[in-house]
Amino acid sequence: MSKITSTLLLSSALALAANTVSADTLDSVKSKGFVQCGVSTGLPGFSNADKSGNWKGLDVDVCRAVAAATLGDASKVKFTPLTAKERFTALQSGEIDMLSRNTTWTLTRDASLGLNFAGVNYYDGQGFMVKKNLGVKSALELDGAAVCIQSGTTTELNLADYFRENGMKYKAITYDTSDATVKGFEAGRCDVLTSDQSQLYALRIKLKDPKSAIVLPEVISKEPLGPVVRQGDDKWFNIVKWSLFAMVNAEEMGVTSKNVDSMKNSKNPAIARLMGGQGEKLGLSDDWSYNIIKQVGNYGESFERNVGMGSPLKISRGLNALWKKGGLQYAPPIR
Amino acid sequence: MSKTSYAVGEHPDLEPPASTIGVIGWLRENLFSNWWNSLLTLFGFYLIYLYLPPLVEWMFVKAVWSSPDRVPCDAEGAGACWAFIDNRFTQFMYGFYPKELYWRPNTAGLLLIALMIPLFIKSFRWKWQLGAFILLVYPFIAFVLIHGGYLGFELVETNKWGGLMLTLILSAVGIVASLPIGIVLALGRRSTMPIVKSVCVVYIEFWRGVPLITVLFMSSVMLPLFFPEGTDFDKLARAMIGIIMFQSAYMAEVVRGGLQAIPKGQYEAAASLGLTYWKSMGLIILPQALKLVIPGIVNTFIALFKDTTLVLIIGLFDLLAIIQQANSDPEWLGFDTEGYVFAGLIFWIFCFSMSRYSIALEQKLHTGHKR
Repeated sequence: MSKITSTLLLSSALALAANTVSADTLDSVKSKGFVQCGVSTGLPGFSNADKSGNWKGLDVDVCRAVAAATLGDASKVKFTPLTAKERFTALQSGEIDMLSRNTTWTLTRDASLGLNFAGVNYYDGQGFMVKKNLGVKSALELDGAAVCIQSGTTTELNLADYFRENGMKYKAITYDTSDATVKGFEAGRCDVLTSDQSQLYALRIKLKDPKSAIVLPEVISKEPLGPVVRQGDDKWFNIVKWSLFAMVNAEEMGVTSKNVDSMKNSKNPAIARLMGGQGEKLGLSDDWSYNIIKQVGNYGESFERNVGMGSPLKISRGLNALWKKGGLQYAPPIR
Repeated sequence: MSKTSYAVGEHPDLEPPASTIGVIGWLRENLFSNWWNSLLTLFGFYLIYLYLPPLVEWMFVKAVWSSPDRVPCDAEGAGACWAFIDNRFTQFMYGFYPKELYWRPNTAGLLLIALMIPLFIKSFRWKWQLGAFILLVYPFIAFVLIHGGYLGFELVETNKWGGLMLTLILSAVGIVASLPIGIVLALGRRSTMPIVKSVCVVYIEFWRGVPLITVLFMSSVMLPLFFPEGTDFDKLARAMIGIIMFQSAYMAEVVRGGLQAIPKGQYEAAASLGLTYWKSMGLIILPQALKLVIPGIVNTFIALFKDTTLVLIIGLFDLLAIIQQANSDPEWLGFDTEGYVFAGLIFWIFCFSMSRYSIALEQKLHTGHKR
């Protein structure tokens, strides 16, 4: 099939799907009693199932927050594990209500797939991991380094760009899978391993001695990851968007799952607004944000529990710190 | 030296030379028959010496067999971390199936085994009836048990199915459905009726011409877009149908091979007895043809069993996929090797049993036609 025909076929199929699924997602969620959420088939700290089959992770918490906001119960989520290739179809065809699966927000995806990105719950980007004993503190000291990299990915191109831009030389040592890159790194075939930062931390645990390597602070590409909904259902779009914003706002105001009950009577007007009075505008009950914070926690809690210091991954907040603390996490005010 | 003399023809048989019997003889004949073979033998021993002890040490001696967490596995010099498998064993077997309902797939499995046992007893009379029961009635019993939703059984949706259970369900359905469809297609392809023939040829050539991965992909990615709104056609069912369509095309060609190997005289003999088409096929041709192609059929079954792992690309958690999924648990990162070794072992056990069974079947049906 020629490329044009296949593109036509695909886009007509997508247009068909975009037309057919236009029902009110909130109504359907309320009537079936659960949120159907698309997640990955296993990405450490973002969405993975534990020993007893419960889904956990930063992406999973967004689904749970939406369930808490709409149904008042964070456990009323059904998860559909999706591979990277089927994720958008599953959303377009109405198989899932929302997609929270480490999906990078790009123009093409936002504009041509009939989808809307409802915010960014993790600012990812390509980074570097080096052996600690090299004493390297910045990626700019990596001139002449041998770099382990997974072949056929955009990381390869980003790497070339970054080194050319900074007038440095490198020797690429390519592997087929990310696991193989770790083995190469461990065996000393290269000084540096490059991949998306969120992955680097997971790969680091796979080293025999995880403490022997550090992740450098530099991020050389933009990979904003966030939840996605179907286009054309603005009510649902708003709910997902503000569920995420409520978590970030709660962290900013210091409301946590532990102190949320006492904060209910707070004199601070911003906190009072966060705790109630705004639900109606979203088509939700008044305790929507209380339920999110009580049952899922604020953004910081979710971060630390799943990928941060409270988890084996030990990812530092970095870009994902609040804007007040030098990061990028910034939520519009709830008022 | 004493010399004993014997009469002509009375000399007793001498012992064979010591170098041609016993261990030494066996070694000389099989391992060191000439300088080139000796060299290869020594090289082989060297490789075993190089790789076997570390492997045994890793797999058994220094392995951590059970532990609630990964601490002992991270210890200096620890071998394979079987504790990872141990911890997740039930998940590898049943996927995300609810724990308190494990008895339902277990009952379905045991029931199948119980029903199959009489089929292997020679003197059992109602083999045909029992076989028909297993093929026609049992699937419904198994469906009600495992899927639920009827007769007061709680519904367990297919997205909760997984692990070895899913692998077995997929391959059992594939095997049971593809053989009869394949036989019909093979007969159709050899038919003299032009429409039947061309339909079968087109079907076989089409499904044999596309990779299974494409079939699964279409079934999971493209198909839902063409359904009207609100149709929720189960992903597992879509994958099953894809696998059946695909495998029956292969099966058809294997069976056709058998049909073509039957001498023309057999067909003519059947016709001269006045048998109808179906009678001559069912009583004369197919029993011989299928027996001839048992190795081919089992080969297809084994390939199908292993091909079911491809469903991981459409987000179904078969045995292999659930192991990969478990590898993404932050608490247990880095034990991929153990997981893959375990998956390999399970697959080998099943494939090897199928292979042995087919050999037994061939010997049982052996009627002296073999050369």
